[in-house]
Parts: sequence; C-alpha cells; structure tokens
Amino acid sequence: MSIDSTTTGGASMKKPRRMKLPAPNAIVGGTLIGILLLAAGTGALWTPYDPLKLSFREKLAAPSALHWLGTDEFGRDVLSRLMAGAATSVWISILTVTLAVVFGTLIGLFSGYMRGWTDRIIMAFNDALLAFPGILLALGLLAVVGANKYGIIVALGIAYTPSVARVVRGTVLSLREREFIAASRVMGNAEAFTMARHILPNCIAPLTVLATSMFGYVLLAESALSFLGLGVPPPAPTWGNMLAGSRPYIGQAVWLGIFPGLAISLTLLGINLLGDAVRDRLDPRMRGSR
Amino acid sequence: MNTTAPLLDVAGLTLKIGGSGRTVVNDVSFQVFPGEIVGIVGESGSGKTLAARAVMGFIPPAVRLEGGRIRFDGQDVMTMSPKDLRAMRGSKVGMVFQEPMTSLNPSMLIGRQLDEGLALHRKLDAPARRALILDMLRSVGLRDPEGALTAYPHQFSGGMRQRIMLASVMLLKPGLLLADEPTTALDAVVQRDVMELMVELTKANHTAVLLISHDLGMVARYCSRIVVMSQGDVVEQGKAEDILARPQHPYTRKLLSAMPHRSPARPLPEARTPIVAVRDLVVEYPGRQGFFRKSEAKRALHGISIDVQPGEVVAVVGGSGSGKTTLGQSIAGLVRPTGGEIRFNGKPIEKSDAAYWDYRLNCQMVFQDPYSSLDPRMTIRQLVAEPLRLVPDMSPADRKARVAEVLTEVGLGNGFAERYPHELSGGQRQRIAIARAIVRRPSFVIADEPVSALDVTVRAQVLELFDELQKKHGFSCLFISHDLGVVEQVADRVIVMQDGRIVEEGPRDDIFDNPTHPYTQKLLAAVPGLEATSEGGVRLFWRRAENDQEIVG
Repeated sequence: MSIDSTTTGGASMKKPRRMKLPAPNAIVGGTLIGILLLAAGTGALWTPYDPLKLSFREKLAAPSALHWLGTDEFGRDVLSRLMAGAATSVWISILTVTLAVVFGTLIGLFSGYMRGWTDRIIMAFNDALLAFPGILLALGLLAVVGANKYGIIVALGIAYTPSVARVVRGTVLSLREREFIAASRVMGNAEAFTMARHILPNCIAPLTVLATSMFGYVLLAESALSFLGLGVPPPAPTWGNMLAGSRPYIGQAVWLGIFPGLAISLTLLGINLLGDAVRDRLDPRMRGSR
Repeated sequence: MNTTAPLLDVAGLTLKIGGSGRTVVNDVSFQVFPGEIVGIVGESGSGKTLAARAVMGFIPPAVRLEGGRIRFDGQDVMTMSPKDLRAMRGSKVGMVFQEPMTSLNPSMLIGRQLDEGLALHRKLDAPARRALILDMLRSVGLRDPEGALTAYPHQFSGGMRQRIMLASVMLLKPGLLLADEPTTALDAVVQRDVMELMVELTKANHTAVLLISHDLGMVARYCSRIVVMSQGDVVEQGKAEDILARPQHPYTRKLLSAMPHRSPARPLPEARTPIVAVRDLVVEYPGRQGFFRKSEAKRALHGISIDVQPGEVVAVVGGSGSGKTTLGQSIAGLVRPTGGEIRFNGKPIEKSDAAYWDYRLNCQMVFQDPYSSLDPRMTIRQLVAEPLRLVPDMSPADRKARVAEVLTEVGLGNGFAERYPHELSGGQRQRIAIARAIVRRPSFVIADEPVSALDVTVRAQVLELFDELQKKHGFSCLFISHDLGVVEQVADRVIVMQDGRIVEEGPRDDIFDNPTHPYTQKLLAAVPGLEATSEGGVRLFWRRAENDQEIVG
C-alpha cells in the first residue's frame, strides 16, 4: 500500500503529450471565422459585381443564378456588397475592440493595483461613463471626431473602454488577495513586474469572454450608427448600413435584411465559439482535462 | 451497552463512481449504538465522508450504490420513500458540516434558519418554537440569544457559527448526529470548546454521534469506538484505547506515527547578532474609510519585540486574531508597520538600499494555502526559477541546475518541472512552495501555517522535509502556527501571542512542560500529549488548564 502520495503519486502519471483534435467549438468557430476572413479578404480585392454600380432594371431582384443573394433597391448586387462590407465592418470591429481592450486593461490594472484614492477617482469617472448607454456616448464623440470610419473606431473604442476597465479592475482586486501575489512581493519583484507576470496573464480568461461579446456589440453599434446616418457614409457598404437600408423593403425583399443579418449572427457565433476555445487553450488548468 | 439493538447498522456498504467504476467505499460495515460516540478516521479520499453521507441518503449523482445495507432504527434507509427520507433527515438524524462559513444561509436571519427545521418537523406554535430556540441558543453558550435571533450569520465568528449550527441540529433532538469534520476550520482552543459543547449536548439528549475527522487525537479524545478508513476500506475498528495502544494495521500505525511528537531539544550556538531583530513593532489597520467619516484604526500588534538567532526555529503560536500572521507579514515586508523597527543582520531594513536588498534576497516566505500561493499559469520550473531572476551573477545554466537541485531536495525531482500546479496534490504543491522559498538559499524563512491545509500523513512528511532542509541549510525560521502539536515537533523556542501581544515566550520544553500564562495553558489543554507504548501504539494524555472544568475524563 502506498500512502506516500506526495513523493510517488504523480511521477508515473507523466505521459507524452499527444496531439489532440481541437475541441468542437474551435472547429466550428474557426470554420466560421475562416469563411469570414476569406470573404473579407476577397471582397477587398474582387467582388462578383461592382458593389457600388447601380442598375435600375434589376432593382429588388430575388436571389437567382445571376445574383446569388439578390439585389437591393438600386439594383446593386447584395453578395458583392456583403463581401465588400465584410472588410469594413470586421476591420472596424477588430480595431474598436483592440482599442477598448488595451486602454481598458491599462486603466483597470492601474486602478485595481493602486487602490485607495487613485482607484476611487478613476472608478468614479469610469462609472460616470458607464452610466451613459454606449451608443449615446459614441454619438456625442462622433460629433466631435467626425463621422467616418476612423471616427467610429475612436468613438466606439472610448465608449467600450469603461466596461473593460471595470472587469479588469474586479479581477485584479480578487487576484491581488491571492497568496501568489504576496509571494511575488516577498521575492523582491518590482510592482510592475508582478503586474505583468502574475496579474495580467490571469486576467486573460475574463478578458477573452468580454472581448468576444464586445465584438458583437460593436458590429451592432456600427450598424446602429450607420442607421442614424453617423456611420460609414453611403454609398460605401457596411453590414450595418445594409441592414438599416433594408428596413423599408422588408415586405417586398426579405433577402435584403436576412443576408446581412445572417452574416452578423454567424460572425458573432464564430467569434464566441473561437473565443471560448482560445480561453480554454490559454488556461493550463483546462488543458488535458478533455 | 451492546445489549441493545444498534441505532445505525451499516453492513457491506459499497459505492462506486458511475463512469469509471472505481470503488470509493468498499464493503464498509460499522454500527452505532444509542447514545454512543463513534469516530471515523481517515485522510482525504478515504471515503469516510461518502460513507457517512450515504447514511442520510445523500449520495452524489455520480456515485452508484453497489451493495450493502444501511439500517437506521430498524428501517432500511436504501428502500425508504423520499418522503420518509426527508422526515428522517433533520428530525431523527442531524448533520453538522465542516465549513461554518458556508453552511448557514448568509441572507437569512439566525432566528428564521433555526425555526425552519423546527416548523417543518414539529407541530408547535410560534411562541413555543421561539422558547425552544432561545433555550437551545442559551445552552450552546450564546451570550445574547434574543439578539442572535435577529442577526445574520456574518455577524458571528466561525466558532459561534458552528455553535449556532449545532443548536439548529440539536433543536430537533435527533437520535443520531453526523458531524463531518465539525471543527477542522477552527483554531485549537475554539475547536476544543465546540467539541466539548457537542459532547455535552448530545449526552444530555442521549444522541449518538458519528464523528468524521482526519484528526486522530481529537477522535480518540471524545469517541468510545473508532473506525479507521483508508482508500475506501475499513482497515481497523475497535475500542478507542485499543486502537491507540495496540494498533494492528500498518495504516493505523502510520496515522499514529504521523501525529506530531517532540524531537529532542538541540543545543544552539551562542547568541550572536540576531538575524532578525524586531523592536516595538506596532501595526495598525486603518478603519473603514468613508467619504465623510473615518472609523478608528484597529491595532493588530501592540509593540512586539522578538529576536531570532541564526539557525534557530522560533514558533509563534496563538488563536485566530492573535496577530501572529500580521507579525509574519510585517517581517516579510508585506505589511507596513505603523511603528517600531525591524533589523536584519543588525541593519535596519528601511535605511539603505544595500541593507534592503540583503534582507529581500535572504528573507523568504512559505504560505499557508498551497492552492493559492502558486500562480496557476506557470509551470513548476517557472515558479521555482522565478526568485533566481533577481540573484545577481547567475548564468541560465546555473539557474537550471539550481532548480533541478532544489526540486530533488524537496523530494519531487526534475520530472515535475514542466507540470502545472493544478496537476499536483496539496502536499506536492506545498513542497513546490518550499522549494520556491529556499531556491535562493535564504538565511531566514517565514512559514505561515505551512502544513495546516494538509492531510495528517502528508503533514508529517512535509514537516519532516522542512526539518531536514532547515538542518541541512541552517536557515533561521519563524514558524507561525495555531497547532501546538506541530510546533512541539519543530521549534527551538516558542512565543505565545494573544490579542496582538506576546504573553509568554521561552525554550520549547519550558513552555510545553511548565506553561505559566493561563492562555498558554488553555492552548496546551487543547492538544494531546503523546507517549509511545511498547506495542507500537501511543498513549495520549491531556494537559489541564487551571480553572477549567473537564467534561470528558
């Protein structure tokens, strides 16, 4: 009988790391995002038709062999516009999320680690921003920075920063009570090193979840802004303004709304699945447990 | 006593994990007679908790009943209808859980929680129930039972909550009380108070107790019979005195030898410059600061002065709230002292950079909780190598060699280097924590309750390792613990703290054999003394504090 578990228990457990199939969520999410990136990449260089070319003879044509996803009220090819819009919409979302995550993380880390009055002042300001609906805040900012692609990125990025800062700060507050942070300080590590080496990596899980869901909000916010006429100015296509433009024709030409909507939903699904897979992959505790 | 029918009769109980088919409880049989206290002793994974929960009909969904019979008061628990089972739980069988912090509903008034079971199982009107509850709260030693009724659980300390839990169970005067590690989360003195109370109450109500614990000393003290379990099997059962004095099974012997014992006192080198000298240390925690008001600061240490000589192991003991952890943390530099001075190797640590770095590199700490003291995202190699980053003039090859050397020293070997903390057991993690603390070859190590989160036999191994390393490298140590048994084994000198003050200090043998301060006596009364017998067993003796009525002989 071996009770001496602390010394012998694990030594024999060590097995060579096998290559495993990725998790199902990684496969589905990866496929969806792969298709999206392919469409966006192709759309930037080549589309079946010119997405801006008007053709009044073919307006509001149902999906057919010629126009796979039909045409809109100006006779523009929906598939071409979707592909061209993918590049714009995805680019805007990626940049916006990156902006919000980078600034939000910096603010959250700093605030959570300093605590005391620094934290209180930063968080009071943060909460004031959070109290505004993101879209309203973005509207105000857009009025300042100007309504174009980069204006949207800056405005939405700033609007979504406070929620990232909140989440990161909460995580930091709970992490810094853990003994391994104390251990790092006893070792003599500088505060900045402790933050970078021990606190930041442990914030990744909540950040991934937040960033993926934020990606969806940004796609929708971009469409809402476009809908209000403050987004990417027409005639340039984005998924948002395509969706917005479909509204008057919902009775006669369902495909105008369905396809951009479907594109947005599938992208969100893909990003969420992939985000979960990435989070699990980055967490050593989840590895090998499958 | 065995002439009556058993109250609880478990025969051939076998439980398996559903999926893997692993046997977690294997052919377990034991009996509990009315009014008797029976102890089940074993370490984590021994199946003791599962076996006890099966008695209540609480088996986790993943566990399958493979065979056996449980009869309570003549009725078969296995075939009972859910309705009868519910009637049995609470009213005939009560249960006290380990964690007083979580076993009471935090958002419910104490009075309502106590009333819940009573209203369910007894046909009494509200005033009668209230009278019963007040009576019970008084008998578990609550000072203000009326006030307690309208208080929330967080307003009470752990020990008080466990008393309230006990009150809520004993209100229904059950025939059997299942107590699953009822005092493990409490410190030694409170632990003893709660146990004595439990024994007194159950005796008064003629309630039998099935006490589940890893603590052989405690079980031996209160139980008439002991069941020893290991990895799902009952390895030995019998009268408490017999098990202790003449253990038959090797596992029982192992458990007994794992109980801390006094090592011979060793001569210490002449007093030189103390490696750590603390003078009049005062630590205050600021009160809660609101925007408009500032409540009073709480003083955790009231002017503490201690010296630790090179090569010496000094133990700091005291109950929770005694300030022992704060003392360790301020010496480690984690808490900024409000007043006083800490000298390391004769030099004040705050004065110069050189002195500070000498102190920082040479003063390390082992924490209590091996689950929270290791960064979950780092491999063992990264964890152990991290302190070396700050050592000047060390090549990467040297670092690698040092990590391998230290991992071997703590008994794990280099094979563990690429694993993550979650892949290791609690004992292995604590070995890693020790490795990380000694990898820089520090001259002073602070160990804050380093073994209190570990199982008994693992605890004994880790303590032995710590002792061995201390002798090999000769580092001085401040060993903080609430467990006097552990202290008796490792310390050269003992400092007893209470409420932020030192109440007694002296060489270990003096403190243990002739304690002068009443608090020290009280602490000592809570742990058993050990004497080896010729048959490979032990005899326990209990020190008595003055002014202390013993309830159990």
